[in-house]
Amino acid sequence: MTDTKIGSKAAPVRFENVSKVFGKDVVAVDNINLHVEAGKLVTLLGPSGCGKTTTLRMIAGLEMASSGKILIGDRDVTKLPATDRDVSMVFQSYALFPHMSVLENVKYGLTFSGFAKDEARSRALYGLELVGLQGFDNRLPSELSGGQQQRVAVARALVLEPQVLLFDEPLSNLDAKLRRQVREDIRAIQQDLGLTVVYVTHDQEEALAVSDEIVVMRNAAIAQMGTPRQLYDAPNDRFVADFIGEANLLNCQIVDINGDAATIEIEGYRHTLPRRGLSEGNATIAVRPSRLVIGSDQGIPAKVAKATYVGVRMEYTLIGAFGQVFAVHDDVDAPLDPGTEIRMGFADKGPVLLPG
Amino acid sequence: MIDQTSKTTHPVLIFWITAGWVGFCLLPWYMVDGGLWSFEWLLDGYPFDEDYAPAAFLIGQGEKLWLAPLLIALALPLLVLKRTKSDPIYASILILSGALGFGWLIAQGFSIGIRGFNFNWLEAMFGELGDRQFGMGYGAMICASSFLFLLTQGIAARGAINGDVFVVSAIGGVITIVTAFVFFPIAKMLFAAFITEDGAYSIAVFFSKFFDDRLWGLGCFQGSRCGAAWNSLFLAILVGVITTVLGLCFALVVTRSGFRHKRALRALTVLPIITPPFVIGLALILLFGLSGSVTRFFAELFGTQPTRWLYGMPGILIAQTLAFTPIAFLVLIGVVEGVSPSMEEAAQTLRASRWQTFKTVSLPMMRPGLANAFLLGFIESMADFGNPLVLGGNFDVLSTEIFFAIVGAQYDQGRAAILAMVLLFFTLSAFYAQRVWLGKKSYTTVTGKGDAGVHPLMPTGLSVPVLLIALGWALFTIVVYAMIIYGSVVELWGVDNSLTIKHYVTAFSVRFEEDSIRWTGAAWDSFWTTITIAAIAAPLTAAVGLVTAYLLTRQSFAGKNAFEFGTMLSFAIPGTVIGVSYILAFNVPPIEITGTGVILVVSFIFRNMPVGVRAGIASMSQLDRSLDESSLTLGANSWQTFRNVILPLLRPAILAALVYSFVRAMTAISAVIFLVSAEYDMATSYIIGRVENNDYGLAIAYSTTLIFVMLAAVGLLQLLVGRVQIGRRTQHGTEASR
Repeated sequence: MTDTKIGSKAAPVRFENVSKVFGKDVVAVDNINLHVEAGKLVTLLGPSGCGKTTTLRMIAGLEMASSGKILIGDRDVTKLPATDRDVSMVFQSYALFPHMSVLENVKYGLTFSGFAKDEARSRALYGLELVGLQGFDNRLPSELSGGQQQRVAVARALVLEPQVLLFDEPLSNLDAKLRRQVREDIRAIQQDLGLTVVYVTHDQEEALAVSDEIVVMRNAAIAQMGTPRQLYDAPNDRFVADFIGEANLLNCQIVDINGDAATIEIEGYRHTLPRRGLSEGNATIAVRPSRLVIGSDQGIPAKVAKATYVGVRMEYTLIGAFGQVFAVHDDVDAPLDPGTEIRMGFADKGPVLLPG
Repeated sequence: MIDQTSKTTHPVLIFWITAGWVGFCLLPWYMVDGGLWSFEWLLDGYPFDEDYAPAAFLIGQGEKLWLAPLLIALALPLLVLKRTKSDPIYASILILSGALGFGWLIAQGFSIGIRGFNFNWLEAMFGELGDRQFGMGYGAMICASSFLFLLTQGIAARGAINGDVFVVSAIGGVITIVTAFVFFPIAKMLFAAFITEDGAYSIAVFFSKFFDDRLWGLGCFQGSRCGAAWNSLFLAILVGVITTVLGLCFALVVTRSGFRHKRALRALTVLPIITPPFVIGLALILLFGLSGSVTRFFAELFGTQPTRWLYGMPGILIAQTLAFTPIAFLVLIGVVEGVSPSMEEAAQTLRASRWQTFKTVSLPMMRPGLANAFLLGFIESMADFGNPLVLGGNFDVLSTEIFFAIVGAQYDQGRAAILAMVLLFFTLSAFYAQRVWLGKKSYTTVTGKGDAGVHPLMPTGLSVPVLLIALGWALFTIVVYAMIIYGSVVELWGVDNSLTIKHYVTAFSVRFEEDSIRWTGAAWDSFWTTITIAAIAAPLTAAVGLVTAYLLTRQSFAGKNAFEFGTMLSFAIPGTVIGVSYILAFNVPPIEITGTGVILVVSFIFRNMPVGVRAGIASMSQLDRSLDESSLTLGANSWQTFRNVILPLLRPAILAALVYSFVRAMTAISAVIFLVSAEYDMATSYIIGRVENNDYGLAIAYSTTLIFVMLAAVGLLQLLVGRVQIGRRTQHGTEASR
């Protein structure tokens, strides 16, 4: 019985100029082009109302694109309803059927896919085993904990061997400790089975942790896409820089260009970093809080406005002619008092010019 | 995974094509004598006898040749069987076939009636037809359904509602039956208002009947009688106000007082659901009528002559207030409980006294509920037929006037139609006002969040009078119901007060013979008819109601608001209006069902459908949409989702809708009294007949029996619903196993 394995029919997803308009003029998704490679986990990340969930639901077939083309594998599915697409989805609320046992829930999709009863049962049992819930098959969803319900929902979607597996904020109903565990489980299953996964979240840390690629969305459009590292280290604009990790955005002057390197100046302090196609003149620089060097002998004059002890580190709010920045410092034994005048410099790596 | 778009077998399509051909070639096309449940025709000349022949045989014999074009519509879909669903030709052919077939069926049905052509211009064009046709039978109805669903499949294939055949067909089906059985009869009735005695149309006739003094007269200010329209309006407003106040008192006692027997008060609210409306009128006669016990007591005490004060406005008012107060209570209890306790607690912490809190927070938040209760009382009073009939005396109201215009010596369809229009105008205005009012305001304070507070008690100055009113009224209700039971075992009320069970014997005697039971009682016929009709109507009502609720809550489509308004409309249409419009519309072809049991079933379905819809909407909006969506993404189609996910979760709502429509079908009188026939007599109309013959004993005994039968039905429901527990997603599941 248990020799039934869950395989993968992972397929790529492609959006070509897809838009979604609700009613007459509410544009939820505006002319998106997107390519999700087979076997990759891609995260749609963005603040609420940015169109990420609508995009996911268009892949599922729960919303129909107003214009453009959606392809799964090499098939045009733009006009296909959810029933006829080879896609399954894990819902934020799990959406387990409360009147069916765990096994019946997992078997549900299999019965509509033309599997014989025995086959459906053994596949469902294997699916439960895969998520570590063997022996729970006769329970009702109401008798499971939140994390277990979540895993049933995953098993139910997995056993169909979908071309694409969708997750809609799957961790938002779990408590903080469980989240890390479950997201690692999801990532492990995805990599073991080589599934194509599209994952929606508004939590940037979660996105950085699980993704092969992240698509940051803003106002119904794609702001930037790339690997977690690319997005964190080289955001395209203020929005992405601020949304992924925290970033201090400072105005600066590019005073010198030398090949691929640019030298910037803020209040007399100079720093050299990659040019990113910019030319001399006004520019914006993004600096992560951990990349601000506090107390170097040269740097921008600033004053400590607030100092907060959070256990592993100190958090400072610094003010100066440039405005206000947020910095962290690992030295908790000799904290700076509010009011202290200091000089603030940048770490060698990390600060980045924003082309957008 | 099978590629759905490219497959070329269409089981649903094949089913409906087959159904169409069976309807055309095998089943009797016209309504056979003896109704749908009679199968005599099988042995009696079928398939060649003209009355029983299928359409194909009729055409083969050279008769009813106007049915021949339907063959084209039936043949067309055969062409597309091998095509794929996404092929534009597939959709076009199905739409063409469905529209052609359905359209032609309707056109010929209305054009050719029992006297040949129905319209003079047709006769002028084609000459005398020399043939005729009767109402649609099995064949025609199945053919019509086949065409309808071919059409909806065509529309679905064109991409409507994501190409979902089930949803498109359900919408098409509901629209068709609501049009056929609500809008068509009402429209037909409106036209009847313009018809003169010799069958021509005339505006003058309409105006002369409309401005009749019996309708709008204001004589009661000078000592004579007022018109029925004013009487109805005045009565309805009074009943609305009084029931709302009483209902509020009850609701306050139950939620905000230290009164101990709250459960008993709540139990009183079941009574109107299981009581035929005129029974209260009968009980009032036993108490306050000319020979009523209270009347006699006072007459002897003061040595005065007993009067007939009860008959007329006062009697109807008391009876309707008794009957409809519990309905107002049911509306208001929800609202009064819905006011969030934390709002009231907030007011108290802001230094408002209990009285100030009640006046400035609780009462204003109940306002929509009060409006709702008033309008419900208003509509119910307008539509009530039984009580005015029993107690009306010389006080004419619209609903009874309609009845007498149709069944009385005057037999004036036009007048009945005009009275019905006035009545309909009042109730629809109230219905519309209610929607406008409730559409703008929302004080719903029940949220998903836990609300730990408790409702504060009423201020003492308020609670004493409220409690007194509520208890006084409850006592009166109990006395009235006690009178009903007592009255059923008294020989002859007011004349011979000895106890007897002879009324029950007359109604329900049974004789046991060797190996059979003979139902010898006078009431058995109507009793079994009632049970049968109610039992047939209940599941159909529930089904139509739930499918409609599903469409309204779960699907979005163009014209959804109009769709909702249309389906809820029959709630505002008084039963008498339905009754009149049904006999006007359905005693001629193409739908000729007057005098059969079918018309009763149909009238119950559409009278009670709004209740099923409301129940369905209420419980479906409790189900998270993601349940349907996850079922869809797991590969189930919308029909499978409806069947496997939604229906099982709606079991309590289904049961409630079933029992409610069953009980309503048993207690209804207003529409029924127009539609019963000698063969299909219903309990309520039988009882009214007894009352008209002054045979109160039997009438009351029969009513009492009905009350107990329905009490049993409601009890059974409570038992079943209590047992059907659905494992909801809670942290502490209580069910160990199913």
